[in-house]
Amino acid sequence: MDTLTREPTRRFALAAGALAFAAAAIAPRLAFAKPSDVEAEFAKLLGGKKPSDGRIKLDLPAIAENGLVVPLGVDIESPMTDADHVKAVHVFADGNPQPGVVSFYFTPQCGKAAASTRIRLAQTQNIVALVEMSNGSFFTASQEVKVTIGGCGG
Amino acid sequence: MSTRPTPRVRLPATAKAGEMIEIKSLISHEMESGQRRDAQGAAIPRKIIKGFRATFNGKEVFRADWHPAISANPYQSFFVKATESGEFEFTWSDDDGSNYVAKNKITVA
Amino acid sequence: MISRRDFMQAAGAAAMVTGLGGGLLGKAAAQGRLTQAELLRFPATGNVTLVHITDLHAQLVPIYYREPSWNLGVGKAAGLPPHLTGQRFLSHYNIAAKTPEAHALTDQDFAELAKSHGRMGGIDRIATVIKAIRAERGNRVLLLDGGDTWTNSWTSLQTKAADIVDVMNALKPDAMTGHWEFTLGEARVEEIVKALPFPFLAQNVRDTDFEEKVFEQRRSFERGGVRIAVIGQAYPYTPIANPRWMFPKWTMGIREDDVQKQVDEARAEGADLVVLLSHNGFDMDRKMAGRVKGIDVILTAHTHDALPQVLSVGKTLLVASGSHGKFVSRLDLDVRDKQIKGFSYRLIPVFADAIAPDPEVAALIARHRAPFAQDLGRVLGKTTGVLYRRGNFQGSFDDVFTDAMLEVRDAEISLSPGVRWGASLLPGQDITFEDVTNGCAMTYPACYRMQMTGARLKEVIEDVADNIFNPDPYFQGGGDMVRVGGMGFTIDPTKAIGSRISGMTHLKTGQPIDASRNYTVAGWASINENTQGPPIWEVVEQFITARKVIEPRPLDAVKVVGV
Repeated sequence: MDTLTREPTRRFALAAGALAFAAAAIAPRLAFAKPSDVEAEFAKLLGGKKPSDGRIKLDLPAIAENGLVVPLGVDIESPMTDADHVKAVHVFADGNPQPGVVSFYFTPQCGKAAASTRIRLAQTQNIVALVEMSNGSFFTASQEVKVTIGGCGG
Repeated sequence: MSTRPTPRVRLPATAKAGEMIEIKSLISHEMESGQRRDAQGAAIPRKIIKGFRATFNGKEVFRADWHPAISANPYQSFFVKATESGEFEFTWSDDDGSNYVAKNKITVA
Repeated sequence: MISRRDFMQAAGAAAMVTGLGGGLLGKAAAQGRLTQAELLRFPATGNVTLVHITDLHAQLVPIYYREPSWNLGVGKAAGLPPHLTGQRFLSHYNIAAKTPEAHALTDQDFAELAKSHGRMGGIDRIATVIKAIRAERGNRVLLLDGGDTWTNSWTSLQTKAADIVDVMNALKPDAMTGHWEFTLGEARVEEIVKALPFPFLAQNVRDTDFEEKVFEQRRSFERGGVRIAVIGQAYPYTPIANPRWMFPKWTMGIREDDVQKQVDEARAEGADLVVLLSHNGFDMDRKMAGRVKGIDVILTAHTHDALPQVLSVGKTLLVASGSHGKFVSRLDLDVRDKQIKGFSYRLIPVFADAIAPDPEVAALIARHRAPFAQDLGRVLGKTTGVLYRRGNFQGSFDDVFTDAMLEVRDAEISLSPGVRWGASLLPGQDITFEDVTNGCAMTYPACYRMQMTGARLKEVIEDVADNIFNPDPYFQGGGDMVRVGGMGFTIDPTKAIGSRISGMTHLKTGQPIDASRNYTVAGWASINENTQGPPIWEVVEQFITARKVIEPRPLDAVKVVGV
C-alpha cells in the first residue's frame, strides 16, 4: 500500500476512520526519495553550474489541508523579454516516492513567470524549486510543507 | 477510466492589449501514480497525464511536464500577455497516447 | 502616524478603565455586589465604537466557564499575553485577587468566586449590553461576531443552528466570520448565509475547482462618518482540524498575501479604518499583524483568550474577547485622517446576575429551548468538585469523558479532543444532559473503538502536540492537547515533533506502552467519514448515570517538563 493514492485504500480508510485524528496521506512507509535524490536531479539540470538563492517565491501552505491535494504556486521576478526571461521552473519533493513533481516552461509571451498546480505530498517534506533563466543562470528556493494527522480543532 | 477526461478552462473572453490574463484549467483524470497496489497486492499500472501545452495562434506560450505527484483532476494556471485576438489551444497528453484538447478564443481590443 | 504619546495616553486611559487594583469592579466587589451601571461604565472616545463578541459556541444561557491554569506560549510568545494564567495574569494586568474581574479572567479560587459572582454570559444579557452601547453611541457602533457561534449546544445541534442564528439575528450584528459553523456542512451553511441579514465574511474560503471566493470577502461600512472596511478571515485550518468531507468543495488556508491584497484594495477605495475580523487564533493574528501592513484593528478569536487590554503590534491593535458569551468587547476609536488618534477599550464581563436580561431576546431564547426542556434538564448525577475543560492538558471534565469511554466502550486507552469549549460545573452541582452536551454537541460525535499500536498512539499524540506547541504560530492549530484516558505520559512542549512525548505508561498495569503491541482505544470526534460508534453523549450519560456521583481526582497523568 502506498501513500500517493488518489483515495485511501479501504484498509487504511477503516483504520484511520476510527482514529479521532485521521490522516489523509499517512500510511505505512515504503521507500521515499531523499534529499540526495533531489540533489541528483538538480545536478542533471545544472550541468556543473551553481544556483543562487532567491528570486523565486514559492506559494505553498504551511500545513497541507489534504496531502493528496496541496496547492503549489511559483512566481519569479523577471521582465519576461526575449533577452531576459524565465525559461523553466523545475519542482522536486524530497519525501515522496519519486522526487520529480512538475516542470513549468515559460515564454516571453507569458508576460509573467507565475504558474500554479496541485500536488501530492506523502508526508511532511521540503519542496525545492530550480529556476532556469534565459541567460543560463539558475536560482533555487525551498519550503517545508507539513502533512498532519489533523483533528482536535478548538 | 470509464469516462473520457473532460477539460475545463477559464479565461476572459476579451482583454485589453498588453493586459496580463490568467488562464486556469482543470481536467478530470485519476492520475494513477503507478505506485499503488490493489487488494491482491498487484501493482496498479501508472496512467497519468504527463504533459500540458498551451499555444496561441499556433505558437507555444506555456508548457508543463507533470509527474505522478500531480493530484488527481490536475489543475494548471499560468499567465499570458494579451497582444492580439486569436485562439488558444490547450492539449493534455495521456500516458496511453491520447490527447485531450480544448480551444478558447479571445478578443483583444 | 499615531504618535507614541497618543498611544501611551490612550493606553493609559484604557488601563484606567480596566485594570488598577480591580478597576471599576473593585469597589462593587468590596461591597459584595455588582451593578449593571458599573459594568457598562465607559469613557466614550472618538467617532467609532467597535463591539466584538466571539466564540459563543451557541451558549444561549449563562454558564460557568473556568479559564485555564495552563496556557503555555512557545517560541516568541513564551510568557507574553495571552499565555499568562492565574496569579501571573492578575499581576500583569494589576488586577486584585478575588475581584469579579479576577474571577472572570482566571482560574483562581474558581468555585468560591463562582458561587458569589454567579454565572456569566447569556445572549439576553449580551443584548442588554449591546443595546446600551447603541443607545449611547448611536450610529457610531459596528457589531462584529468572530465566529464559532452556531455550534456546540444541544439545541443548536437539534435545530441545525436555527435557534442560535435566530437569537443572534436579534442582536443585529453587522458581520461575522466562522470556523465550527462549517461543520454544519456546505449545504446548511450556504442556506443559513443566504438568509442572514448581514454578511458572512471569509476572504480565505475558496472553492476547490478554480479557487474562487465562496463568501463575501470584505464589506465597507460607514459609522460616525468613518469609512470602515471589515475583512473576514475564517479559521484557516478548518479542513484539517474538522472533517473536510463535510465541506468538500471548500478550501481555506491562511492566505496572508490575499489578506494584504484585501487591505490594499480597501485602502485604495478610501477606507479610513481597516478591521480584520479574524478567526486565526491569537498567536497567528499577532504574527499576521507584524507581516501584513495597514490593518488598524484585529478582532481575534478561536483561542478563547480574554484580555482586559488591547495589545498592539506596530500600529495594529489586537482585541481578545474571550468565549462562551462571558465578555463583550467595546473599543472606542478616534479615527481622523485615516489614522487611529486615540482609543479606549473595555472587556465588559457579562455577569449574568448583574445585567438584566433583554426581555425580547430572553423570550426568544425561552421559545427555542422549550421543545428540548426535558432533555436539557435531565439530571444524570452530581459532582463533588469543579468540572472544567479548558487548559493545555487534561481538565476534570475531560476525565469524565475519557473514563466514560474506557468503561462504557471497554477500552484500554481513550482519546478525547482538546477543544476549548464546554462549560464548567461547581462542586455539589447536578450534572444535567445539557451540561454533558455543552462539552460534546457536534455533528461528528461517534465514539469509535479500535486497535492501535503503541507506536501509532505516540505518533498521534506527537502530531497533536506539534499542532499546539510548534513555535511558529502559522503552524498552530489552536486547540489544546488531546485528552487521554488510561495512559499517562510526560510532555516537553519545547522539543520538536517526535521528541516531545516520553514515558507513555498504561496506567492500569503500570507498564510502559509497548510500541509494537495493539491497544484497544476508544475515542470520539474522528474527522473521517463513516466512523462507527454511539454518539459520545450517550456514552457519557450512561457512565454518569451509573456512577451517580462524580468525584474529580488529581490530574496527574500528564507530566509537563521543560517549561
